[in-house]
Amino acid sequence: MMRISQALEIASLTDPGRLRKRNEDYVAERSESGLVLLADGMGGYNAGDVASGMATDLVADGLDQDWQQARLDRMDQVQAQALAADLIRQHVARANSAVHQAAQHTPEYSGMGTTLVVGLFFDNLLTVGHVGDSRLYRLRGDALDQLTRDHSLLQEQIDQGVISKEEARLSHNKNLVTRALGVDPAVEAEVHSHVVVPGDVYLLCSDGLNDMVDDEEIRLTLLTLKSNVQLAAQHLVQAANDSGGRDNVSVVLVKVLNDFQVTRSWLVKLKLWLKR
Amino acid sequence: MAKLILSVDGQVLNEFPLDKERVTIGRKSDNDIPVDNLAVSGKHAVIITILNDSFMEDLGSTNGTLVNGASVKRHFLQDGDVVEIGKHKLKYVNETPSSTTAEEFEKTMVLRRPSDLAPQVSAVDRVASETQVGARSTVTSRTAVGSNVRAPNGGAAPAVAVAPSVGMVQVLNGQNAGKTLELTKSLTTLGKPGVQVAVITKRPNGYFITHVEGASFPVVNGASVGAQAAALRENDVIEIAGVKMEFFFKT
Repeated sequence: MMRISQALEIASLTDPGRLRKRNEDYVAERSESGLVLLADGMGGYNAGDVASGMATDLVADGLDQDWQQARLDRMDQVQAQALAADLIRQHVARANSAVHQAAQHTPEYSGMGTTLVVGLFFDNLLTVGHVGDSRLYRLRGDALDQLTRDHSLLQEQIDQGVISKEEARLSHNKNLVTRALGVDPAVEAEVHSHVVVPGDVYLLCSDGLNDMVDDEEIRLTLLTLKSNVQLAAQHLVQAANDSGGRDNVSVVLVKVLNDFQVTRSWLVKLKLWLKR
Repeated sequence: MAKLILSVDGQVLNEFPLDKERVTIGRKSDNDIPVDNLAVSGKHAVIITILNDSFMEDLGSTNGTLVNGASVKRHFLQDGDVVEIGKHKLKYVNETPSSTTAEEFEKTMVLRRPSDLAPQVSAVDRVASETQVGARSTVTSRTAVGSNVRAPNGGAAPAVAVAPSVGMVQVLNGQNAGKTLELTKSLTTLGKPGVQVAVITKRPNGYFITHVEGASFPVVNGASVGAQAAALRENDVIEIAGVKMEFFFKT
């Protein structure tokens, strides 16, 4: 089996932007597990970075550890996918409890929370979980698609037809999320799986990118610079700062170089088939 | 908080804060903004406010509603818009408190309903029920957590440099010698994929060239620029994958 770290090229970058003194965004990668993560902290008395930092470490380390032990070669793709989704939900729930408890016990942390988007690449699939308005995009061929749906007031308004997508750009309610990690005693990550094709480029980003740079500009940057993902990451952050850089801006780029299907022996395949 | 300033013939009559979700405008006295004039319908229009955004909707009035001179049924109000009903004008003002610092702008806040505090309600159920309710109940049943929910726009407009004139490159050698290319896109790649590629970036403060791929770096005026971005100036000669080009600004 091809190792996942050899099938993916990952580049990440986080920047405070041009107006904020603090950077409350965190990014993480665990390339041996095919794991990438991004969190955008908020609230508390300047404790947003505590929430995003805690959530990043807890989810990235916990998921990485469990995933290293998973024997994907002994299960079929459907089972692997269910396990990935399950583990993402578990670790997000666990991190939520930890951040929420810290917020309850330390007055300066009161009200802190964070968005989170985490992706796990395995067996030619990507399972992604998210909470809040940090996004996952995919560039496939010439087309850029947003694969996550923001948990935000604005997205709900768009869904209800109260406001059009064009009007949404003028809204003053951009910064209101309807789901966040650490704010309530319990939260559930929204989890979906997608088929991955070599040549795809995936982008995790905080709203500091997509509020400042429109989707067409993001598409053009990824399409033009995908041969050098580190440079593409730098250009995205630079474009956000050139447009005002009003918020922290973070990106994680993942380019899929090769197929990374799990190799399963005939014996395992037969056993799996008999169990059905 | 946003407000409407009612005037007729340039004379200001009154100011109305948009302090509730629906503010009605019409001839009848039970409207929030009564406008006693025969050109105004009994129930003429309504302003719907959702946190920091306000929308004007004409309620099927006889004589219609204009916003900034154009007849509209529904309009997303922006600061400074003028709504006209008959001879009366309503100016929409949505100012951000001047004491707000840039640091406080656009801080992400969490919105939740009181029932969110009950942990037994799963997030999925909650979202499903939220999408069923209309815009009115969505807003009235929520409370904003935190104290600094503010209109994000207004004070701290970023200082963006005046856009420079459009840059161009002209090929100096090879079979494409003489050909020109306007650098209108924010990113333009030059070179041969797999061999050597560089990108010219159009930014508010000018044009820059950066190495993208290949073993050798772009050369500007005979010197390699390395892996870093380099600013381009009038008449710079760029060399990528054996092709020489001159950079200049369109006149």
